[in-house]
Amino acid sequence: MRDITLGQFVAGNSVIHKLDPRTKIAMMILYIAMTFLVKRIYFMAIPFAYLVLELILSGISLRYIVNSLKPIRILLIFMFILNLFFTSGENVWLDLGFWKLTGEAVLQSCFISIRIILLVAGASMLTLTTSPIALTDGIEKLLAPLKIFRFPAHELAMMMTIALRFVPTLMDESDKIRNAQMSRGADFESGNIFKRVKSMIPILIPLFVSSFRKADELAIAMESRCYHGGEGRTRMKQLKFRKEDLFAILITLLFMASLIVLLIVLK
Amino acid sequence: MSIIVSHLTFAYTQGGKRLEPTLKDLTFTIEEGSFLGIIGHTGCGKSTFAKHLNGLLFGEKGAVTVDGHDVSQKSERKKVRELVGMVFQYPEYQLFAETVFDDVAFGPRNMKLEPEEVKTRVTEAMQLVGLDPERFSSRSPFDLSGGERRRAAIAGVLAMRPKYLVLDEPMAGLDPIGRREILTLLEKLRSESGCTIIMISHSMDDIANHATKVLVLEQGSAFLLDTPQEVFSHADELQQIGLSVPSITKLCIEMNRRGIDIPRTICTEQAFMDWIREVKRNA
Repeated sequence: MRDITLGQFVAGNSVIHKLDPRTKIAMMILYIAMTFLVKRIYFMAIPFAYLVLELILSGISLRYIVNSLKPIRILLIFMFILNLFFTSGENVWLDLGFWKLTGEAVLQSCFISIRIILLVAGASMLTLTTSPIALTDGIEKLLAPLKIFRFPAHELAMMMTIALRFVPTLMDESDKIRNAQMSRGADFESGNIFKRVKSMIPILIPLFVSSFRKADELAIAMESRCYHGGEGRTRMKQLKFRKEDLFAILITLLFMASLIVLLIVLK
Repeated sequence: MSIIVSHLTFAYTQGGKRLEPTLKDLTFTIEEGSFLGIIGHTGCGKSTFAKHLNGLLFGEKGAVTVDGHDVSQKSERKKVRELVGMVFQYPEYQLFAETVFDDVAFGPRNMKLEPEEVKTRVTEAMQLVGLDPERFSSRSPFDLSGGERRRAAIAGVLAMRPKYLVLDEPMAGLDPIGRREILTLLEKLRSESGCTIIMISHSMDDIANHATKVLVLEQGSAFLLDTPQEVFSHADELQQIGLSVPSITKLCIEMNRRGIDIPRTICTEQAFMDWIREVKRNA
């Protein structure tokens, strides 16, 4: 439970780390669009190259990316097998009567798996190089135009910040409560699924109760420091769009454009 | 029968990497019926050690056996957890059931006891901690006051009738009356049911007054393990590792400094009074 990398931030001083969070969010959206534009497996080389470039520039160890893929390994295997079964094709490799293994199915399975891996790896690149605070600041700024439709951009960003901040605290807490209940003979490891879900109640209820208590305390702490929403609130760290950001966006657009050209030319 | 700790070494891992050991080669025996006080600086491994006493953690090297049951064996763990009751820091945060009765009954029910027996034990445990079963049984644990909640949580552990009771800073955040109530309860348990108490505390006065043995942990190693009188006579060494001594001991040291000949082994009010009477008689 402790080794969760999804959403983990690795402090650094690289070019990528220093980019404006808004730039990085935009880059990620473009990157995701790229992976979805690709319809053939070998074109995946372009978003892959983009990811590798980002990885090298950021100086993040490959280990973190591999770790971020661990939680989705079940999904990956599941998707792989599902596509093997439900893709039809002519190039039969193996015929078992009720089901044929075709070359197209294998290709499709690989294609889908690569797409999922690239998506998750790209998303973790964003969270690995951007502190949660910077990330929510960026989201708030990007959503700010929606305020004219009374969209609560600041509140949303604040909620995200608070939620992220409490993840480790609640993990710790659930560990403690788990230990306490295990000491009273609670058994979380045996029995069927219903029994196991039911055995979680003695952990979940104290966890909820303490979350409510913490929320209350936090609200009081914030209000006693004059917090009253986003209006008129200034920031210690102002977001600045710099030359490097423009450069990063241009490179991303270049990748995007070359992909589109390739797609049109090599139809 | 006793808890035997032999060559216990334990290190946490983080991100697949093994950290500096939290516990280093601990070896000693906790005698049945004794009151062991554990003191040490924050992060010295007190709480980590406590978790080894009922198999929540187990060392990679060395072993802990409770009445001959090895805590690292999965098959022995159920038995070990019945023998060793654990009261964690702020135990009131583990309350979850709809009524105080159900919460206190959680342990006995996990032991698969008959409903009648469960009821007897719950009533007994609630009386022990001073919660009137008639008044409190059907109330929600979340409606109680802070002190009552803590006592309800401790009752939940006592209802399992543990032979050994481990408490991790049981008095943290309580007022003086609440502290005294818990200490009185512990003394009562020890004298009436022969329960062995292992208590982690930052209050040197409480340790001096109640413990029969004191273990001083320093960076995972046993720095001192002796009677409170002996341990607290090493005031200088304790101060060096950032620990203080009981207020009576501080008084004795100060008196020593001003030329009054008082033994350094005095660490409780009782012993101090005895010494004064002795001096008076001789005068």
